[in-house]
This record gives sequence, structure tokens and C-alpha cells, in this order.
Amino acid sequence: MSRRFDLKAVLANLAVVLLVVVVLFPLVWMVSVSFMSQGEAATFPPPLWPSKPTLEHYRDLFVTQGMGRYMLNSLILATLATILALLFTVPAGYAFAKLRFAGRDRLFQLLVAALVVPAQIGTLPLFLMLKSMGLVNTYAGALVPWLASIFGLFLVRQYALSIPDEMLEAARVDGATEGQIFRRVVLPTLQPIVVTLALFVFLGSWNDFLWPLIVLTDQSNYTLPVALAAMSREHVQDAEMMMAGAVLTVAPVLILFLALQRYYIRGMLAGSVKG
Amino acid sequence: MTAVEATIAAEPRRPAANPRTRSRAAWGFVAPALIAIAVFFAVPVFAALLLSLTDFDIYALADLRNLRFVGLDNYVNLFSNPLFWGAMKNTGLFALIGVPASIAASLAAALLLNARIIKWRPVWRVAFFAPFVTTLVATAVLWNYLLHTRYGLINWALTGVGLPAVDWLGSPATSIPAILIFVVWKTFGYNMLIFLAVLQTVPDELHEAARIDGARAWTRFRHVTLPAIAPTLLLVSIISVASFFQLFAEPYVMTQGGPAQSTVTVLYFMYEEGFKWWNLGSASAVAFILFLCILAVTLVQLAVARRLGAYE
Repeated sequence: MSRRFDLKAVLANLAVVLLVVVVLFPLVWMVSVSFMSQGEAATFPPPLWPSKPTLEHYRDLFVTQGMGRYMLNSLILATLATILALLFTVPAGYAFAKLRFAGRDRLFQLLVAALVVPAQIGTLPLFLMLKSMGLVNTYAGALVPWLASIFGLFLVRQYALSIPDEMLEAARVDGATEGQIFRRVVLPTLQPIVVTLALFVFLGSWNDFLWPLIVLTDQSNYTLPVALAAMSREHVQDAEMMMAGAVLTVAPVLILFLALQRYYIRGMLAGSVKG
Repeated sequence: MTAVEATIAAEPRRPAANPRTRSRAAWGFVAPALIAIAVFFAVPVFAALLLSLTDFDIYALADLRNLRFVGLDNYVNLFSNPLFWGAMKNTGLFALIGVPASIAASLAAALLLNARIIKWRPVWRVAFFAPFVTTLVATAVLWNYLLHTRYGLINWALTGVGLPAVDWLGSPATSIPAILIFVVWKTFGYNMLIFLAVLQTVPDELHEAARIDGARAWTRFRHVTLPAIAPTLLLVSIISVASFFQLFAEPYVMTQGGPAQSTVTVLYFMYEEGFKWWNLGSASAVAFILFLCILAVTLVQLAVARRLGAYE
């Protein structure tokens, strides 16, 4: 490559930078407005930076709006959803890839076909079912859909297909039981996809809205998105406080994503391009 | 069964432990997931079909003896309900404008980032993708404010270049485009990543050869890039249609279905019918119609793709 001034390259790179600024600006501004004092954001022209940065909205959210409780609910639910989803889908995904049992392939075809059915269709009967079990307005009720993730099972299976059979056979010859093989041989090789799946479920549960809105009827059980939606219907004028609430909701998942983005993007492409 | 056991038996270096234990272990691995999928997914989906044939309402919720089988009455009533047709029309509009707009944005961003002259590509890739992982409700609240008629940055930018301010979420004519601007901003990174991954599999030599033959940018895109990404384009459009048919949180947070019912989507209609008015029978019928619509559009897309492929 020559080092001469290449106008086309400069323009293309400039276009990308400009686009990135446009895309990221709303998020940056959200943070900026959350530090503005009461009413500052409701002026024209809209100010870009707070004249006197303040933390009062964050304090208000925790002191008067019960934000701590909602954060705790979101954190507990997302953590439990992640653990449960891994417990249910990782062994199953491995078994569908590597263990032989009667009807395996037909069952798997059935599951893949079921991927086209949106889970929303069963929302109403599921609600009635949980109601009769007394699980409406409980953590358990909110967690139930995460147990039945066909997508997670599919993701683990695709990855587990690459485990060499010789490795498993060698362990069997050594007299290891199937459970020991899974724990000592299979799980370490599945580690990248386990991280990916954990990340998907954690972010999915944290960001989920329709199901928690339906099943968590009591305010003390609200997750962050449900609480934020309820607040936005009451505090429409109070832009600074709403932005602070949005920052508290978005920041944890955004940071988590940035820290583990390699796993996220690799898993996403494995799930869609090959699938 | 015997065939499966025979294959296992024929395998080299078979351990002393018999294949039946292994098959039992396999069932132990898959049983929890399969039971969960059956109980919490398959049963509710089939139950929804049955529920849609009943008049399940708030009285049945209190006492199941009030439940009656009504055949296709729920469907008949929905088809004569202008609010339902409004929701269908709005959802259709969302998909009709939203799918091409979001695919165009994704593809444009992917093509731009794929150019060899772009530096620090991984950084920009993550930046474009970041809105996708943010919490929908939180960014909907943010965009409510960005789109604010008086104090919003978008109108400030418009008036800054001499254009009139727009009452984005307050007028039925602009409420759908306003929500779509937000949705495209939030989701274009997802399809962009998929396109980018496929574009990187197109060999540079192909572009180079076309360039040497004197093909212009558009011709190269049409004859080199497009055929290479065609299968992905189909996949992405199918996924996009399904997701635009299922918009719910956006109108719930930004407009509450208004103004003048202009942003009531099918899923929003289902939510209100089911959990506001407790007409669970009718709401299940809505859910089923939505599913059939998604399925129908998917099949049409597949048929069109097959025909286009056949003519080439």
C-alpha cells in the first residue's frame, strides 16, 4: 500500500465515524441528561451537557422510587434464569449431539420445526396454568419460560457436534460413567458456548418485558423494565429522572456485553448463519 | 431401537458397559429439557388453540363452570371488529415499511464496514451493535424524549436546517414512522453483523476481476455481492418479518397504542384483550391469527425466493 494521501479512504473512514457518532449519541446524551438538574432538559434548544451536574435523580430513584428493589429483582431473576437455563439445556444439547438414543433424530427435527412457533402464542394458557399452580406474582412464574429454550438446546448441540468421539470413547474405556464424562471431559470443551448461552439468557431475562409485565403483578416484584415502563406512564415530564432510570437499566447489560462481546457475537453468528 | 443398538454394538473399542446404560444416561440428560419444553411450551401452544374456541373471560376465571365452547365465534367476532382490523393494518404497515428500511440500513452499514480501506473495523462493529443489546423499555423511554415535539433533539436538528418541527408521537400520520426510526436504530446492528460475516466470505478476487472488466460499483454489487448474500438476505427477511409482526413494548411505552389507535399492534391488541379485559378466549384467537400471518408471509417469501432462483 502506498502512503500517499488517499481521499477516498479518508472520506469512507469519516463516513463511518460520523455514523458511529449518530448511532451512539442517544446513549451518551441519555447519560448526560441524567445528571442535569430538575427541569433543565425541558428547555429549548436542548442542552447537551448539564450546567451543574447532580446525582439527585439517582438518589431520588433509590430513596423514593424503590429502584434498589427493582434492581435486586432483575439481578436475582436474570441470575436464576441463567443457572436454570444452563442446567436444563447444556446436558440436553450435548446428548442430542453425541449420545445415541431411540428416536433422537426425529425428536430433534420436531424441536427445530417448533422454532418457528413464537412463544407468545402460549402466553395466555401458560398464565392460566401458573395461576392454578399459585405461581403468578412469584419469581418461579417469571423464570418458567427460560427452562424451555429450544434455541439454547440447538446452540449447544451445534457446538457439541465438534467434540471428537475418540475422546469420549477413551474415557469410557477408562471406566468413567456417562455423568463423569460429561463433567470432566465434555463441560471443559463446551466452555465457550456455555459462556455464550449464559450471556444470551442473562441479557434476555434482564431485558425481557412482556412476560414479567404479565406475571409479576405486585409492584414489589417488578423488574427494572416493568418498573421503568410504569414510571414513564406517571413521570412523563420528568425527563432527567427517567433518563437516570434508563441509565441504571441499560448500564449493567451494556457493560456485560462489552466485556464478553467476543462470546456474544460468535454465538450469535453460529446460531443464525449456520442455522 | 434394534437398529440403533446394532450401530452402537458395531462401533470400535466399545467399552465393557452395555449400550443400554448409555441410552439411559442420554435420556437422563435430555429428559429435564424435554419435559420443560413439553409442559411450558408445547402444552400452552396447543391449549391456546383450544382456548381460542371457548368464551374464557373474567367469569370463567372466577369459576370454570362459566366456561363454554363457542366454536369459531371468537374468530368471527374478531373479523367484524374494526379495532382488530386496525391492529392488523398497523402491524402490516410496521412490517411493510420497517422490514425494507431495517434491511437497507443493515446492508448499507455492512457494505460500508466491509470496505478494505476502513480502519479499526472491530471497534465500529461493536459500536453499531451496542443499541441491540440495550434494554428495549429503557431506550424506548430515551427515544420518547428524543422525539419530543418541543424539547426533542430530533426536532431541534430539523428546525436547525430549516425544516418544520414534527409532532412525531402526537400525530397518527407520523407515529408509525417515529417508532420505526427507533426500532431501526435499535436493531440494525444485528442484521449488519450477519451480513458482514457473509460479505467476508466473498473472495476479493471476484471483486477485483469485475473491477478489471470495468464493472461499476452498482454492477459489481448486483452481480458479485448480491448473489453471494442472497440466501442470507432471505433468512434475514424472514426473521425480520417475524420480529416486526411482534412489536409490543415499543407502542406500550412510547404511545400506549395512540394517538387515535394508530400504533396498536396485533400483540398489543392481544395484551389488552387478554390482560386488561380478561377475554382470554378471544385473545388466544388473536395470538393464533398472528401466528398464521407470520407463517403465511414466511411461506410466500420462500416461494418468491424459489421463483427468483429458478429464473436466474
